[in-house]
Amino acid sequence: MRKRSIIPILYIAFLMLPIYWLVAMSFKTTQEILGGFSLFPQTWTLASYRTIFTDPTWYWGYINSIAYVTINTVISVTVALPAAYAFSRYRFLGDKQLFFWLLTNRMAPAAVFALPFFQLYSAVGLFDTYWAVALAHCLFNIPLAVWILEGFMGGVPKELDETAFVDGYSFPRFFLKIFLPTIKAGVGVAAFFCFMFSWVELLLAKTLTAVYAKPIAATMTKTASSAGYELGLLAAAGTLTIIPGAIVIWFVRNYIAKGFALGRV
Amino acid sequence: MRKVNQKGWLFVLPVVVLVAFNALIPMMTVVNYSVQETFGDNVFFWHGLGWFEDILKSDRFQAALGRQAFFTFLILIIEVPLGVIIALSMPRKGFWVPVCLVTMALPMLIPWNVVGAMWNIFTLPDIGLLGYFLNHVLGISYDMTQNPTAAWITVITMDVWHWTSLVVLLCYAGLVSIPDAYYQAAKIDGASNWSVFRYIQLPKMKQVLTIAVLLRFMDSFNVYTEPFVLTGGGPGNSTTLLSIDLVKIALGQFDLGPAAAMSLIYFAITLFASWLFYTLMTRNDVK
Repeated sequence: MRKRSIIPILYIAFLMLPIYWLVAMSFKTTQEILGGFSLFPQTWTLASYRTIFTDPTWYWGYINSIAYVTINTVISVTVALPAAYAFSRYRFLGDKQLFFWLLTNRMAPAAVFALPFFQLYSAVGLFDTYWAVALAHCLFNIPLAVWILEGFMGGVPKELDETAFVDGYSFPRFFLKIFLPTIKAGVGVAAFFCFMFSWVELLLAKTLTAVYAKPIAATMTKTASSAGYELGLLAAAGTLTIIPGAIVIWFVRNYIAKGFALGRV
Repeated sequence: MRKVNQKGWLFVLPVVVLVAFNALIPMMTVVNYSVQETFGDNVFFWHGLGWFEDILKSDRFQAALGRQAFFTFLILIIEVPLGVIIALSMPRKGFWVPVCLVTMALPMLIPWNVVGAMWNIFTLPDIGLLGYFLNHVLGISYDMTQNPTAAWITVITMDVWHWTSLVVLLCYAGLVSIPDAYYQAAKIDGASNWSVFRYIQLPKMKQVLTIAVLLRFMDSFNVYTEPFVLTGGGPGNSTTLLSIDLVKIALGQFDLGPAAAMSLIYFAITLFASWLFYTLMTRNDVK
């Protein structure tokens, strides 16, 4: 072991400590949590998890969150693909300005948009549906997806396109059969980032939903304030929100470093 | 060279429509509110630039902006160098690479309010791991609900915990794209570690570092959920950052005019600073 591997080890330990504490707390009984300090759960209990899996207001929170995140990821990547292709292959009127304008949307504080978003989605009748949150999250996910995919596409030589057209491929067939498989790492990375930013965002998701599409994160804040701060339950719910992210990151683990390096990101 | 092809607009049309729907309509609503005054009952009348003047002159706004700027400044000077150091000391190949990447990326995938709640539990004075350790093992009096300095340190530590990995991952990607031949050449020339860093690694990382600084700037300047869940802006107003203050005015007090004017000023500052960063950091490329 080299001497400098101590830095990543320390860093990872620092990252894992709060997560460990959350997981440990989720297995403790409320009595034990409030009774005093213990490094490990003294009596293991699954009571908090049982509550979450049997109470519809809890488990529907997870289903709602996963639903709008999935819709958002699909929409963002699908519309970003042709746009990124255009930005990387063609020059057209106002292309640079358009690209910059797209990126500026990543800079708008969500706090600025909370109220107008509520009014907009109420006006079009989408309030409290998965679509409202999925579409609202497009604001920052589409620019990001375009940015990442454009970087990947820039790395593919133009000769590939030209050869395919000479061989008589139509554009849609070329795009689906040849181009898409070539940049599948980029699609993976873009989808990963869309998933991530939609999964972790709360302010807009909370503003745009009330009952039927309420995300798990909002259920948690309600519990924290109303039910007299049930720490064990809160910790269990928090632990469960880490799992989808962990699964997704496991799938793209090989693409992350390679993906960043290939793309312009 | 890219071909001139106006068909490009056809390809970007869906993106433009979707983003414009989400960006322009709410933005117009905000602009609309920012120039009007109301006495309730949905009756609005023209107020000109009055709100903008009020906001810019108000002590409350200036204080929140000051705290926000200080927060972002601390985040950048801590996270960027730390991220570079960690990326430099990570293994380049082998079994440990995916392990490092996955564990490091994990904090970024946790919903923001869970991050706040997690740190809250972690730092509770008597039953949190960190709080207990500081208070009862090291004997340092630590309670972030009472002490503004403790609250600030906790908020900063939480953000470092949450986002340094982004800088690490981006820099790491820049580093692995350096061919081995560069290092061999440096070794033959007898270059020191410092000059390898200064003349090989740093230039290669420059592009990803620009993106890292920009993303960290934008996101830390707009941060809301994590500090709000952790401290609620307190104790007092000591950790009330700009976005927390904005939400208080807009959704708490429902003062739509001032909130809208404040939103626009806020957005303009972010936009201008991002543009400035971007121009400064890419200036040398153009020459």
